[in-house]
Amino acid sequence: MTDATPAIELRGISKAFGPVQANKDISIRVMPGTIHGIIGENGAGKSTLMSILYGFYKADSGEIFINGKKTAIPDSQAAIEAGIGMVFQHFKLVENFTVLENVILGAEDGMLLRPSLAKARQQLKQLAEEYELSVDPDALIEDIGVGAQQRVEILKALYRKADILILDEPTGVLTPAEADHLFRILENLKREGKTIILITHKLREIMEITDEVSVMRRGQMVGHVSTANTSPPELAELMVGRKVLLRVDKKPATPGAPVLQVRDLKVTDDKGVHRLRGISFEVRAGEILGIAGVAGNGQSELLEVLGGYERGTGEILLNGQPIDATLRHSNGRTRRESGISHVPEDRQREGLIMDFSAWENIAFGYHNAPEYQQSRLFMKNAAIRAATEEKMQKFDVRPPNPLLAAKNFSGGNQQKLVLAREIDRNPDLLLVGQPTRGVDIGAIEFIHQQIVALRDAGKAILLVSVELDEIMSLADRIAVMFDGRIMGERLPDKTNAKELGLLMAGMSGEAA
Amino acid sequence: MDLITILQVLDATVRLSVPLLLACLAGLFSERAGIFDIGLEGKMLVSAFMSAAVAAVTGSVWVGLLAGIGASLVLAGIHGLASITFRGNQLISGVAINFLASGMTVLMAQSWFQQGGRTPSLRGAARFNDINLPYVDQLKDVPVIGPIYADLISGHTILVYVALACVPLTWWALYRTRFGLRLRAVGENPAAVDTAGVSVIGMRFAAVAICGVLSGIAGAYLSTGLQAGFIKDMTAGRGYIALAALIFSKWRPWYALMATFLFGFLQALALRPDLLEKVLFVKVQVQLLDALPYILTVVILAGFVGKAIPPRAGGEPYVKER
Amino acid sequence: MEKMPKWADVILIPVISLLLAGIISALVIMAIGEDPVKALWIMVDGATGSAYNWGYTLYYTTNFIFTGLAVAVAFHARMFNIGGDGQASIGGLGVALVCIYLPWPHWSLALLAAAVGSALFGAAFALIPAWLQAKRGSHIVITTIMFNFIGAALLNYLLVGPLKPMGSMEPATGKFPKVTSIPNFHDILGMFGIPFSRGAPANISFFIAIAACFAVWALIWRTRLGYEIRAFGHSEPAAKYAGINPTRIIVVSMLISGALAGMMSLNNVMGEAERLVLNSTEGAGFIGIAVALMGRSHPFGVFLAALLFGALYQGGAILSQDTNIPVQLVLVIQALVILFTGALDNMVRMPLEKLFLALRRKPAPAPKPTPAE
Repeated sequence: MTDATPAIELRGISKAFGPVQANKDISIRVMPGTIHGIIGENGAGKSTLMSILYGFYKADSGEIFINGKKTAIPDSQAAIEAGIGMVFQHFKLVENFTVLENVILGAEDGMLLRPSLAKARQQLKQLAEEYELSVDPDALIEDIGVGAQQRVEILKALYRKADILILDEPTGVLTPAEADHLFRILENLKREGKTIILITHKLREIMEITDEVSVMRRGQMVGHVSTANTSPPELAELMVGRKVLLRVDKKPATPGAPVLQVRDLKVTDDKGVHRLRGISFEVRAGEILGIAGVAGNGQSELLEVLGGYERGTGEILLNGQPIDATLRHSNGRTRRESGISHVPEDRQREGLIMDFSAWENIAFGYHNAPEYQQSRLFMKNAAIRAATEEKMQKFDVRPPNPLLAAKNFSGGNQQKLVLAREIDRNPDLLLVGQPTRGVDIGAIEFIHQQIVALRDAGKAILLVSVELDEIMSLADRIAVMFDGRIMGERLPDKTNAKELGLLMAGMSGEAA
Repeated sequence: MDLITILQVLDATVRLSVPLLLACLAGLFSERAGIFDIGLEGKMLVSAFMSAAVAAVTGSVWVGLLAGIGASLVLAGIHGLASITFRGNQLISGVAINFLASGMTVLMAQSWFQQGGRTPSLRGAARFNDINLPYVDQLKDVPVIGPIYADLISGHTILVYVALACVPLTWWALYRTRFGLRLRAVGENPAAVDTAGVSVIGMRFAAVAICGVLSGIAGAYLSTGLQAGFIKDMTAGRGYIALAALIFSKWRPWYALMATFLFGFLQALALRPDLLEKVLFVKVQVQLLDALPYILTVVILAGFVGKAIPPRAGGEPYVKER
Repeated sequence: MEKMPKWADVILIPVISLLLAGIISALVIMAIGEDPVKALWIMVDGATGSAYNWGYTLYYTTNFIFTGLAVAVAFHARMFNIGGDGQASIGGLGVALVCIYLPWPHWSLALLAAAVGSALFGAAFALIPAWLQAKRGSHIVITTIMFNFIGAALLNYLLVGPLKPMGSMEPATGKFPKVTSIPNFHDILGMFGIPFSRGAPANISFFIAIAACFAVWALIWRTRLGYEIRAFGHSEPAAKYAGINPTRIIVVSMLISGALAGMMSLNNVMGEAERLVLNSTEGAGFIGIAVALMGRSHPFGVFLAALLFGALYQGGAILSQDTNIPVQLVLVIQALVILFTGALDNMVRMPLEKLFLALRRKPAPAPKPTPAE
């Protein structure tokens, strides 16, 4: 097998974004007609590497060989000419164009559109039959689902005669059923002799579909193995660099009285799409309720309604007291005052102001708190700074400098800063979204411990995570969300990934 | 009111609408590609000066037109450099360009002609003269149709007809050609264009250049067609009215024609306040007519009468993630 | 890790931008056949050469502090208030109404009422664009541009109609009553026995402008409202998460911005002209953009930039008297400053960031570097 010419060979690729070294001297060989997985944690540099191969970023150094021939790929045009297609994690589609227009964009034949569109219509029909890739060519992108949008991206690549297809985290937005459909398409493509590179951080997908796998850690390539000769634990260890603790040490929960009771909660967004279709659940004191589900099934809206910055209808009770879901008489501030703290899913977008210093961020959301006020008008900045120093010590935020801007902390330390702010206020209810996304392994353990400690102190915790492993190891009870509904509740020691996966796909557990 | 008067007002409407139309289409190309341009006013102004100045010196209005377009393109280039290459704030760049034009034109006019910031009066071949369409003389005496043809449709400068031709041309380029598809895409989602192997920078510079050419023609029309020479700040806010018309038309070419003719009509009425009083039997303040385009645009912007949704990537410099 | 030290961002970049603007202006002066060095000296002398000249420089400075602060406050909420000119001229209407239609026993009371009047009128004129931005998502830049023209038309109507005194041919209000005349620098400094030019228009509103600088500083960096404004300006989703009401921040910061712009008319309408004329702002609202950009939206920076532009306007006026260089040179310089400090910021910033990164990559010498240099 080593005798054959690789479809792609990268030699010594390095790339830095300012002071951050995203890729360090990376080499990889991908054989033609195979599905090659690239696995690594978030931020390991997988997407950067593939964006370089697709000419989206320019490498600082290194060489690219396509089918044995050294090829310069200064831009995406060159990559397309070399027969490479890429499906980005965030689709690159023009929302108010039709499928057809998106497919021909950049690959038109001649000056006028009409002949190009006719030709593309014809080809799309063929491709749809060949690979199970059917989409309505005249539909607007904004009107079709994510699964269909992803198929448009694949069609775009195939329409450009790509032999090599790169997919970046393709299943992140898909239900398990849609993911299965995608994998069938990939198998079909492989059968036709296409080479496929699959970027993912999910071990399950690697084991299920790939032939070869390369592992990245912190911008470096740390191993190449053939999938048949490896196991998930081995890959996991390569990914994180040491044995992973899959289980969090914790005592069994001793749930008390219900702290949060939610009944028939509904959210409809500005476009009239129903995000939450009437969900009910409760969280008791001293327990962690984990919400599992594929991203985009209403979990974010749930956190936002409870956090007080998304309108909903229905009943919310905190310690038996009603809370207004419509936001007519309440907002994020009144939520905090009533004892709800919230670690949001996206700390860089919501949880922190990246240009604010650590101490300004510690006051964020609590800037109305009496201990931070000098008078009705003025804030007590010195007091906030002192409090910040204390909290940074307690939550091991490094460097412990209250004057440093949030953007200058690492992902893990940013998250600890948010936790220090939210947990240290000793809330009755803590909302946590994706607590360890983009966080290094050492910080993950610390963060998990802090969440469990708060539970043991008798507080209620609502945990939302798309990482099933995290849910299974942290939660005392698991609710699975699909399409704005709770599909079912399970106990972690009485269920398994397969059953939860079915629920996440919208199939009720009983029917399975 | 008689036919003659109506024709006079409509004729004035055409003359006053044309610079608005050209500038509006200029803005349309730029903004459809995602580059906001509040510097239309400045580009028109430098072109108005440069075309009048060069026409005065060379005696040829065509050379003047080219010089005007050239000057407008220089400012368009600065706007492109600031907002595309250096990813600066497009609005701030536009503000700067308007001041630059306002200052530079007077500086240059004073330095070249010493006539208090104006150019000499243009005459003969140094300005665009009205042209007569065929059979004007024969048709002139036919009732109703004759005067309409002779006074309203015929008898404008060549630039008027160029401007009108630009409307279907723009529509065709935008919706029927590869260039138009890419242009619209780059204003909606530049990353899609980039990953499709088309240069975002190239597309946007092309759009900004077209914008420069069209606002150049608009400016030249002001000083060599509508009037006979350049005077200080002669654009008098037309660039902003064109911007308003662009929003009013929701960035679509045929609607741009209608919006600019509506605003041109308001300007024409403002010149004849007596007429309005005669028709409506109340005195309408000229200032109200002046303000009406802006008020209408605010109403449209407010979304109470059909929401104006600008191109989604408008105003944002294209930065690849990270 | 910071890309570059704070001092480079706050001082070095504006200074380089200013130098670039200066160099190009010099080239322009050369191109029209004048000597840029001589022109510079005439301008410096014209702006600072005598008490009279200072009196004008500080008069312009006062205008630009108000409009600069107005733009700066809106900038902190990530809004571009391009309507300062309209708000300032409507503020002038407020001053005129207060001075003409109300009887005043003393100038100090008139000043107080005029300050309130101008602020209210300026704020009111910013209210509709602010509300439309907050509630309907209408782009504030476009609406404030439109409101500049609407304001101009409104004043035009009032000044050729209802507000024009009988028999006058000029589109302006009548002269304000003598009692509303506020002290100028000659009067103020005279109390301390310091002689100052009688004819120069700098007046007591300069000190109101300075006070406004302090007030804005305290507002932005010391109050809860300022904290919320800055938070909203940096990230709207984060502000929502923190329970900050976006509508309130947009409206309140635009009201403050409009009020500051409106208060400019204490200086030009009440302090200098003592009546309301057409185009009373002379474009000062737009100069506020340049001032806020150069001053990095910090009140102290705004003060310095306003002083610089004040000197530029006065120097430019003298220059046009003494030479063949038209006063519009000032517009060109102003445009270049806006261009370099605003739109072409990255042109200066990116090479500098690379430079600082390269300097940092070099391993620092083992002992502490000597403080020299």
